[in-house]
Amino acid sequence: MARFSPEHLETAREIIARYPRPKSALIPLLHLAQEQDGYVTDDAMRHIAELVGVTPAEVLGTCSFYEMFKLHPVGTYLVNVCTNISCMLCGGEELLAHASERLGVAPGGTTPDGRFTLEEVECIAACTEAPCLQVNYRYVTNVTNDDFDRLIDDLAAGKLDHEVPPHGTLARVRQHIPADRTAGIVPVAEAAVEPAWMHANEAPGAGGDA
Amino acid sequence: MTDTAATPDAEVEPEVVPGVPVTIDGREIIADEGELIIDAAERHGIYIPRFCYHPRMTPVGMCRMCICEVDTGRGPALQPTCMLECTPGMVVETASPVTTKAQEGVLELLLINHPLDCRVCAKGGESPPLDQTVANGPGESRFVEEKRHKAKPIPISDIVLLDRERCILCDRCTRFAKEVAGDPLIHFINRGNDTEVNTFPDDPFASYFSGNTVQICPVGALTSATYRFRARPWDLEAVESTCQTCAVGCRMAIESSRNEVLRYQGVDIDPVNWGWLCDKGRFNFEALGSEHRLREPLIKQGDAHRQARWAEALGEAAAALQAALDAGGPERIGVIGGARLTNEAAYAWAKLAKGVLGTDNVDCRLGDSLPAEAVLGLPQATIDDACRPGGTVLYLGPDPKEALPVLYLRLRHALVHDGIGLVEVTPVRTSLSDHAAVVLQHRPGEVHTAVRALLHGIPQGQDAGGVDPDALDAARARVAAAAEAGTLTVVVGTQSVAESPQWVTDAAAALAEAYPQVRFLPLVRRGNERGALEMGLAPGLLPGRTTLADGAAWYRTTWPTVPGAAGLDTAGILTAAAAGQIDTLVLLGADPLTDFPDRDLATRGLDGARRIIALDIFLNPSVLQADVVLPVAAFGEVEGSTTNLEGRISLLNQKVTPPGTARSDWEIAAELARRLGSDLQVASTDDLWNEAVAMAPSLDGITLELLLSPDASDGVVAPLPAEATPVPDEPADDAADAPVAATEPDEDADADSDEDAEADGDSEPTGPSTPPMVAFSAAQPLDPPALDAYALRLVATRKLYDLGTLTQASPSLAGLTPGTVLRVNPYDFDRLGVVEGQTLRVKSPRGGVEVEIVTDATVLRGTAAVHTNQPDVAVNRLIDATQPVTDIRIETGGAA
Ligand code: SF4
Ligand code: SF4
Ligand code: FES
Ligand code: FES
Repeated sequence: MARFSPEHLETAREIIARYPRPKSALIPLLHLAQEQDGYVTDDAMRHIAELVGVTPAEVLGTCSFYEMFKLHPVGTYLVNVCTNISCMLCGGEELLAHASERLGVAPGGTTPDGRFTLEEVECIAACTEAPCLQVNYRYVTNVTNDDFDRLIDDLAAGKLDHEVPPHGTLARVRQHIPADRTAGIVPVAEAAVEPAWMHANEAPGAGGDA
Repeated sequence: MTDTAATPDAEVEPEVVPGVPVTIDGREIIADEGELIIDAAERHGIYIPRFCYHPRMTPVGMCRMCICEVDTGRGPALQPTCMLECTPGMVVETASPVTTKAQEGVLELLLINHPLDCRVCAKGGESPPLDQTVANGPGESRFVEEKRHKAKPIPISDIVLLDRERCILCDRCTRFAKEVAGDPLIHFINRGNDTEVNTFPDDPFASYFSGNTVQICPVGALTSATYRFRARPWDLEAVESTCQTCAVGCRMAIESSRNEVLRYQGVDIDPVNWGWLCDKGRFNFEALGSEHRLREPLIKQGDAHRQARWAEALGEAAAALQAALDAGGPERIGVIGGARLTNEAAYAWAKLAKGVLGTDNVDCRLGDSLPAEAVLGLPQATIDDACRPGGTVLYLGPDPKEALPVLYLRLRHALVHDGIGLVEVTPVRTSLSDHAAVVLQHRPGEVHTAVRALLHGIPQGQDAGGVDPDALDAARARVAAAAEAGTLTVVVGTQSVAESPQWVTDAAAALAEAYPQVRFLPLVRRGNERGALEMGLAPGLLPGRTTLADGAAWYRTTWPTVPGAAGLDTAGILTAAAAGQIDTLVLLGADPLTDFPDRDLATRGLDGARRIIALDIFLNPSVLQADVVLPVAAFGEVEGSTTNLEGRISLLNQKVTPPGTARSDWEIAAELARRLGSDLQVASTDDLWNEAVAMAPSLDGITLELLLSPDASDGVVAPLPAEATPVPDEPADDAADAPVAATEPDEDADADSDEDAEADGDSEPTGPSTPPMVAFSAAQPLDPPALDAYALRLVATRKLYDLGTLTQASPSLAGLTPGTVLRVNPYDFDRLGVVEGQTLRVKSPRGGVEVEIVTDATVLRGTAAVHTNQPDVAVNRLIDATQPVTDIRIETGGAA
């Protein structure tokens, strides 16, 4: 698993076609790669670089900027426990300590069975429901230690499969844009030519500034 | 800023001053339109500290070191002066308490994670943080926490090392890689406090220009393996010079310590290199200090060489030349090479060969260059002309990234950032192709067919050398419009060593005929090939772009003799030598066995020459065959001048002494002349230059004083424009100034018919006048070679790193040769039944080699592309220099 599979490659091409420049598809393609492999592999970054016409270093530069892209394998379930100020006041740190004990790994670690990765995060914007956490970016709020244990049990038993897909899958519904509504640029070789609409609304005359 | 209706009370006065009046530190200055504050201040002697700003790259405002109080009418505010253009009435304070406090704060912040290991850092002594901390930094840091630690150093390429903890994230290296070199192989990785510069794993910063990042890194984060821990700036002494590795002629500083060159640094001159160097030019200084340099003369004894004293070796060499003269006259002597000489040494050798020995079998080229008449005689353009915004370039030549790297940077900048148009006519795609408006890809040997179709349409019932007719139509409109508008520049050079240079010359001729007003930038590749041509080191030429026919009488006033008829070029000399018609062959820093496109002919030529005298710095394969080997001083070890591909003359400087007893090439010429009973009448390089200026029409007025003057810091393009020439030619004066040959060449066989002019040429103003300069006139165009349906027509091109002597003698570069594969269109793959990656025997009528074969859809059907001069496969065994093209067959199966 590494480069895009044939189906994912087709999706990748469709995604690229949505943008006026192939490079703009970089982030959606990184998500697609993460969906495929659970994290972003080096080979996937090389493949993306080929598809959008940049160097692998440029893909890595973008990819490594964002916390949500993982460059190393993580568990099927990525559990982010918030310890920022509201959550901290409402027991977020204690929750993290409990989670750490329950899963047997320190924050940042992955359980030996590869199921859970525990992370400490900054504010995830659910302060009114503190303390809170996310599992694969799905919110669980007002979490007590018991809630947490139940959550882990349910995830492990597969009871939440309908709600929480494995790490990397952002959404199970993929939006398709009909071909006639895409920006329509696929081959990298032609990307140097700016699409006509980019200059459609330009002020007439040279050097004019409003 | 065209506020036309702004002030009704029309004061007429402010409109008159061009530029933007601003006040910096209380001084009223006039900035240029659009000039950044940081530049305007510097131009007026006020230096604003900076890390990220670099005048040759887009300002990004990354480091904030340059912040100053700037008042644009709304009260003073702290602004990065590298991001702000001067506007009228702006008031800037670069040293006010507010500015100083702000800059101190920025510095303190930047240094939080900077290790301050200045004592062991290669940059210590020339790093802005250190200088600025000393100059205006806070005495101590308030930061007491542990600094960031990273594993150090990590190699990001074969040559460049990175100490990440020293990096201040100024974005200079990464910006250079993307914006200037077009190789974005290094990038900021991670975020925030973890941000670092790095490559993709296992994808090194393999850029031909990586060394520039080391030079522009404002801290010691990027260092070169060649310099790290070798010296500190205060140990170094520097002189300015001009790189002679290729014909771009980048200005550089040679820096040495204790008589050893330790590095080259780019120097920014506007018309040529903008401060950049390529890695080949930057790092081949290693060759100078190589233990394999020739130090003492050698004389062949049996199969080996023995060390000899100079007197003995020079005596042998002179005797060899004399023996050839005695045996059959000057045409029994051949001289190959000279493109690595200084202008002065080239003149000395032209004078020795043509003026003393009387042979015209002299050629500084190795069979793969444009004809001298084209290089010297086409209407000349400069690099700036080709790169001028708004222009269009018609490019027929080698891949500039491989052949002339910094010319590539200039062209790339013009294409990517200044939007010039490019029409490329080429047999294989090059590094320019991606930026071209139209690429006309033609079959090898049919560039002239393509160009004629471009100019005049496709002849009925023929094709245009394989070029796509639609592309041709698109290109035709562009080229014609640009020619009409006077914005077209033609860049022309040889495209492939597997074909005759005649093809591209025919194409240039067709263009020169169709567009008489258009100017050309003829590409020569080897370091001072242009200077050697200017000095007459080619058959049929005399110094100063004049022909033997036009200039013979003029040169006879000063030289003991002048050849009677045009001689042979390198291919001709080697052919004659192979036939036993050359008694003594002189190699002036040339290695035909490696460098001449046709290995077989070079081998037979060197075998056939009775005696070989070689002047060189290394024992390369050709020099190994020499009977007398004379060690010479190399770049950085001699003074003089050099000429780049534009005809731009700039000064070279000596920094270190040559190894052993090696001498400069011109001294050897003078010494040989003396031993032959003549005298070159020169005692220094200055004498040589003065004589060349007095004699050579193209150098008229380019005196040493001019070259040394501050006006000439960018070099001087020859010839001077007519109006700038100080005095209209007065041949009598020139002749009187020039040293006059005193001694007759004793054995010159055909001097008898020419003895009239020289006897009293020194006093009478009745002598011949300055000869005209050569004009390019097209030879009768050849017909395209017939196609052979069973063969593939070969395109053989050079890579930057090859078997070149200096590259191979530089440990950092020698291993960078990419090796050889034969690239063939997938269609032909199927047709021939070849499998990807198979190593097969490839044959031409000349010879055969085994080579790996791969598919490449960008190679035209029916052609095959290969890199020559690589260590693994001797592609030059396939090429026959006497043939117009090279057709090869791939042997599949068991066929003989
Ligand atoms: S390595 Fe040097 S040039 Fe590159 S960002 Fe860091 S400090 Fe700047
Ligand atoms: S481009 Fe040529 S002249 Fe410039 S540094 Fe490289 S080798 Fe030297
Ligand atoms: S502090 Fe935890 S969600 Fe905002
Ligand atoms: S030099 Fe101006 S912000 Fe860096």
